[in-house]
Amino acid sequence: MGTDRTRVVVTGLGAITPVGTDVPSTWEALKAGRSGVQQLTDDWAAELPARIAAWAAADPATLIDRVQARRLDRCEQFALVAAREAWADAGSPDVDPERLGVVVSSGIGGVASTLAAYDTLKEKGWQRLSPYTVPMLMPNGAAGWLAIELGARAEVHTTVSACASGAEAIGYAMDMIRAGRADVVLAGGTEAAIMQLNIAAFAAMRALCTSRNDDPVSASRPFDKGRDGFVLGEGAGMVILESEEHAAARGAHVYAVVAGVGYSSDAHHIAQPDPEGAGLRLVLRRAMADGGVRPEQVVHVNAHATSTPAGDVVEAQAIAAALGDAAPGVVVSATKSMTGHLLGGAGAVESVAAILALRDRVAPPTINLEDPDDDAGLTISAQPQQLSQRADGPMAVINNSFGFGGANVALAFTEA
Amino acid sequence: MAMTEQEILEGLGEIIDEVAGVPADQVTPDKTFVDDLDIDSLSMVEIAVAAQDKFGVEIPDDQLKDLKTVQDVINYVRRAEVSA
Repeated sequence: MGTDRTRVVVTGLGAITPVGTDVPSTWEALKAGRSGVQQLTDDWAAELPARIAAWAAADPATLIDRVQARRLDRCEQFALVAAREAWADAGSPDVDPERLGVVVSSGIGGVASTLAAYDTLKEKGWQRLSPYTVPMLMPNGAAGWLAIELGARAEVHTTVSACASGAEAIGYAMDMIRAGRADVVLAGGTEAAIMQLNIAAFAAMRALCTSRNDDPVSASRPFDKGRDGFVLGEGAGMVILESEEHAAARGAHVYAVVAGVGYSSDAHHIAQPDPEGAGLRLVLRRAMADGGVRPEQVVHVNAHATSTPAGDVVEAQAIAAALGDAAPGVVVSATKSMTGHLLGGAGAVESVAAILALRDRVAPPTINLEDPDDDAGLTISAQPQQLSQRADGPMAVINNSFGFGGANVALAFTEA
Repeated sequence: MAMTEQEILEGLGEIIDEVAGVPADQVTPDKTFVDDLDIDSLSMVEIAVAAQDKFGVEIPDDQLKDLKTVQDVINYVRRAEVSA
């Protein structure tokens, strides 16, 4: 790690989630342990084995212009709502358009638009398809719309890595600024995939919780012995990343430093975690090394922990192994216990949560943790936990995000 | 029964408001779609399809590109109604 490397800071946050319509409401709900998981009462859900999901706290179409809502898939609408909040939160920076970038991802893209367009095609013919069908279904649609929204002309990217997509977007944005290709980058992830096909397909993988259809709030229970799969959520998270120099020059409020990113590849199974956890240990070590963060500085990990039987324990063991002697005392939280799994939005929303945990020095609870399935020596709690410095140097938090395809991403944030 | 120019204009105003968000009172016969109303080619396709539903008049792509003003569309619909 070079000491003269451009430092990247977070100057704005945005989110729309199952527990809140913006960042303040989401963060209050997470600290209070409120679940966004509900029963699915729609007719299309009646025959599905999983009849629960975490709808966003607001319909994004009601929060944006009517004509824009016609042209944007729901996942793009979420992205726009969260991006506007993040941009305003950063003080709507005055930046050279050719130095302003966008990296916004989705795990699946506009699948609702794909399905609706197919129905229209079959029932009414090709002439009745919206001419916006393709930009609604393409995974980089949200990024493109947001580049137009902000007039961002540096670069526009979409990093697709299933459930790691949102975190990878933030890592990529950080790398853009480090490499000198942009001064300010909007980065994040979005997903709107609560529909019959997706729930059926995840159920076909046996990936969803199917045992608690009558008690939705208890269904997402990461690290608990009673977990039996994830709960699908939806929404978006966004951050404004900025070179420290650019942020300082305009007197911007800085939430945190994006100290480092780690990437690794499991190369094990297309959709199951490697039980040895080699890729997870590697990604955590790489994030810390990239950020110049020692394990003792790490006070909190926002875990990927989706509430699947196989994934959570492997992750806990990997965190413990990567932190080594510094593992006892680190507070691990699984906010998916409240939000469900936002797929491509997860890494971005959970990075927002990790950054606010660092700011407020409090880790959100992991709800439904009644019988912990964890012998890794980590602190995982059903109650919020105070965070305090454990060693010299700024406190650090880590966000883990792992995607089908074996894509692992870890982001390390430190105090400004 | 054929529609009057005013009826077509009002119908077109409703369509353009719905599709492109241009208030109907700004949709006057002399306005051009691209320069005055800021309507792009994708939205013109939507307008043409909606006009087909509303007026029962098909506007093929090779005709659509020649319809530059609101009055052009009104004239096209009226001519098509007469010949129908």
